[in-house]
Amino acid sequence: MADPMKIRASLKGDVADIRVLVSHPMENGQRKDNAGNTVPAHYIQTMTVEIGGKPVIQGQVGTAVSRNPVFGFKVKGAKAGDKVVIKWRDNKGETRSDEAAVA
Amino acid sequence: MRKPRILGALCAITSLGIAHAQTAEVDHAKADAEFAKFRAEMEDSNPAELFELKGEELWKVKRGPKSVSLAESCDLGLGVGKVEGAYVQMPRYFADANAVMDAERRIVWCMVEKQGFKFADIAKKPFQGANDTNPPEITSLVTFVAGHSRNMKFAVPLKDPKVKEIWEIGKEITNYRAGPYDFSCNTCHGSDGKRIRMQNLPNIGTHEGAVKGVMGWPGYRMTGGVMLTHQWRMNDCFRQQRFPEPKYASDTVTALLTYMTANANGAVYKGPGIKR
Repeated sequence: MADPMKIRASLKGDVADIRVLVSHPMENGQRKDNAGNTVPAHYIQTMTVEIGGKPVIQGQVGTAVSRNPVFGFKVKGAKAGDKVVIKWRDNKGETRSDEAAVA
Repeated sequence: MRKPRILGALCAITSLGIAHAQTAEVDHAKADAEFAKFRAEMEDSNPAELFELKGEELWKVKRGPKSVSLAESCDLGLGVGKVEGAYVQMPRYFADANAVMDAERRIVWCMVEKQGFKFADIAKKPFQGANDTNPPEITSLVTFVAGHSRNMKFAVPLKDPKVKEIWEIGKEITNYRAGPYDFSCNTCHGSDGKRIRMQNLPNIGTHEGAVKGVMGWPGYRMTGGVMLTHQWRMNDCFRQQRFPEPKYASDTVTALLTYMTANANGAVYKGPGIKR
């Protein structure tokens, strides 16, 4: 099972500033290990952000994104206490979902 | 008639020289300011936090042949299981081990003595390599412990004669010139205003320089996305000097960390950092 994400969501006016740290190797499939074998690709392909049960962001992520990436979103119309749910799915079919409350 | 003209030309040359030196100074400050901006932006969401989480898990769970947790067995100098403020008060003297130890070395000692792990197994791969997806467990543990000293002041107990002795040895090591380049730590880090390419080199013998040397370790290095400890940094200094690298958790590294961290005493530690 993948490691947890770290989500922070803070409200500035009616705009929620969401920051998420994702724990993922994000292997692009082009690197070679010390023995010269290609390291198989392993990266996040899709990511979704829901606020209060409503999907607000659907994104596609590719191999150009770094290992353990940080994402930042600004979402209008959020209220304090709204539940933020972030999900990702990688090319091996692994998924992870974590949540936090808008503070 | 001729004399004043020459004098004038000389003056012009001198002032040119000064102007050039001033530009270099400004560039130094500018580069530092740009790095500071970058860190401020990144510290807000530093991937090091992911390893603090992992380290916390490892700290609390019962592991090893003896099946005990570090939380219930490991004393980092402030009592068994207490991590708040422990990182900024190490290296310190531990009577049970009869040695001065830095944070990483102490945790390794606990893993061996309390949990029953074999030192050789930990020392086999103590640091994260460029091709490794995750750092070794010990790195996450150090990051977790360091994270619990965030915004606290460095306070290495230098009044303890045993710690002071190791501090003196550390100072001696920074002066020791050897290797194919006849280098010592102080060749680069012993005076103010030096740099390698674009990197300003701190003078670790001074308080300000030592603060720069200890701040941000353990750190997440953007290049390659690896989590590294201050022990790793010391080993890398030896590598760059073309010295043989010290054994893992060696006395030499503890002495250097004692020297540097104690010189930074009084400065506020900002927690695990982010590096280029």
